Amino acid sequence: MIAMQNITKSYEMGTQVVHALRGLDLNIQEGEFVAIMGPSGSGKSTLMNIIGCLDAPNSGTYTLDGIDVSHMTDDEQARIRNRRVGFVFQQFNLLSRTSALKQVALPLMYAGYGRSERMSRAAAALEAVGLGDRMDHRPDELSGGQQQRVAIARALATNPSIILADEPTGNLDTQSGEEILQIFKTLHEEKGITLIMITHDPEIAAAAERTIWIRDGVIQEEHQS
Amino acid sequence: MNLSESFLTALDSLIANKLRAALTMLGVIIGVAAVIALMSIGNGFSETITGEIQSFVTNLLTITTDGENSGGYLTLSNADIAALADSLNTPALADVSAMVTGNQEVVFSGNSSQTTVAGVTANYLAMNNLGEFQSGAGLTQQDLDIKARVAVLGSEAAPDLFETSYPVGQSVKINGVSYEVIGVLEESGSGFNNTDGNVFIPLTTAQSRLYSDRTRDGQKAVTIITAQAVSEEQTDAAIEQITETLRRQHDIIYAADDDFSIFSQSDLLETFDTITTTMTAFLGAIAGISLVVGGIGIMNIMLVSVTERTREIGIRKAVGALKRDILAQFLLESVFLSVLGGILGILLGWTISKVAGRLIDLNTVVSVSNVLLATGFASAVGLVFGIYPAWRAADLRPIEALRYE
Ligand SMILES: Nc1ncnc2c1ncn2[C@@H]1O[C@H](COP(=O)(O)OP(=O)(O)OP(=O)(O)O)[C@@H](O)[C@H]1O
Ligand SMILES: [Mg+2]
Repeated sequence: MIAMQNITKSYEMGTQVVHALRGLDLNIQEGEFVAIMGPSGSGKSTLMNIIGCLDAPNSGTYTLDGIDVSHMTDDEQARIRNRRVGFVFQQFNLLSRTSALKQVALPLMYAGYGRSERMSRAAAALEAVGLGDRMDHRPDELSGGQQQRVAIARALATNPSIILADEPTGNLDTQSGEEILQIFKTLHEEKGITLIMITHDPEIAAAAERTIWIRDGVIQEEHQS
Repeated sequence: MNLSESFLTALDSLIANKLRAALTMLGVIIGVAAVIALMSIGNGFSETITGEIQSFVTNLLTITTDGENSGGYLTLSNADIAALADSLNTPALADVSAMVTGNQEVVFSGNSSQTTVAGVTANYLAMNNLGEFQSGAGLTQQDLDIKARVAVLGSEAAPDLFETSYPVGQSVKINGVSYEVIGVLEESGSGFNNTDGNVFIPLTTAQSRLYSDRTRDGQKAVTIITAQAVSEEQTDAAIEQITETLRRQHDIIYAADDDFSIFSQSDLLETFDTITTTMTAFLGAIAGISLVVGGIGIMNIMLVSVTERTREIGIRKAVGALKRDILAQFLLESVFLSVLGGILGILLGWTISKVAGRLIDLNTVVSVSNVLLATGFASAVGLVFGIYPAWRAADLRPIEALRYE
């Protein structure tokens, strides 16, 4: 479902050019649970952002479900982000001063659902991550683990086929980290969602079906578990 | 996403960030209110002053001593009055009156008041819009001829001295000498150059008993001569004739300057026009500064929140917002703040203008153009700086907006 060939991405910092991805090839099948590992600065987040259409590569081809994403307009990419992928970030990225219910309803609003349908779907998504009793809470009234669960509910709201998670447990203690991982596992097993997760934790990576190692902007090795 | 959704989103966002919204709106409110209040007070002043000047007789000329060329003496004398009254000298003049003034203590049975006591010719009061009487009557030529000790009181001078008792027929003491009160004037209603507190006595009496000033060549002096031209069109001719007559009277050589000054009502109008224009401009400048201060307030809030707002835009784009969704939301937020702030500013400015008007007893005038100017400017600032972060961030890739510091 995800097919990438010869993807490059570099950043210009004044006169210096940082090559974050140097001709990377990647294929991921529908329903896979893939962990991405590698040293800091190796290009993991850059890759993930390109997969999720949050960023565009400098060169190479990227097709998602057979559609060439790299040549899409901004609005078409926005629609992909809205319907097909759910993103979970290390730093949660929730709107401040906004209730959990409204956070989760946000992608549904941009998808064009009516108010009542948005609210019932958002409520269901929050129930699914175990936050049925925290719907009116704002981010500053929630623990880190709870905030990340709101973010997962938001990623799930429009029923995307892929969830992308960039170090989702990186800011959490072990206990909450394990709870979050459990939610992801359940989603994968029960709904068959494609799950791509960046992590530095070998134990979490062990839960995945495949682990991809990235170093200096290319895939260094892969192994199937 | 349709317009009503965008509107609700904008409203949600404002409600979620009440403090930011309130502070932004405050900038608009301060700017608009300050302009409206200050400009309306300025307009009120000019209208009041202009209105009062125009209520004067327009063909009236006022002649006074020119302080620079008089050598410290009063230059106008009784002989000048007679010369000006002669229609052979001044065919363009209809009438001439004169006054000599100073401050005196006026006493009535224990009540005393320090006030202006003016010695005037018999026609002075009528010529200067003071011809209406509450009770009694005015001065006559006979009073002048016999230097009668009679007095006419201004409408405010009477109650000061007499409280509730009826003044006409009573006698007051001026500089230790008794005068019989023969009349009390109606209120003149003029706030500017108000003479309601004055006491008027015959010119001849004043010259011999109170004011012994003489001109340089020993003539009995007067402070002011008022002359009325036969018509408004004849005012310029009248000024010329007066000048000629007085220069001849005062033996002024060709090369020397006049030792008197002539003011026409239109001179006065012009002078006050300049004053009120200056004042309105001054108030306008203060109002302009308030507008800028309000604008800077709005800018500050907006720029301080740019980071937060850019990240918010990143989040919204990451979950699927289109560029136009973002722009619509931010535009509506700004419109809402500007409109509401504008309305509150107008109400506040109007209230301040009315309250201030009551406090300083002025009929303040809120003009539509000022309201439009102020609301237009403040709203423009609100709009521009409200849309600024959206305009900047809507083109960024979501990841760039999310990482914005
Ligand atoms: N916006 C940017 N501007 C400039 N350089 C960038 C930018 N984003 C990433 N880079 C550089 O690109 C390289 C890859 O960054 P990336 O964030 O993908 O690393 P990563 O593997 O996710 O690291 P980590 O494990 O620390 O999150 C790094 O050298 C980084 O400095
Ligand atoms: Mg990273």
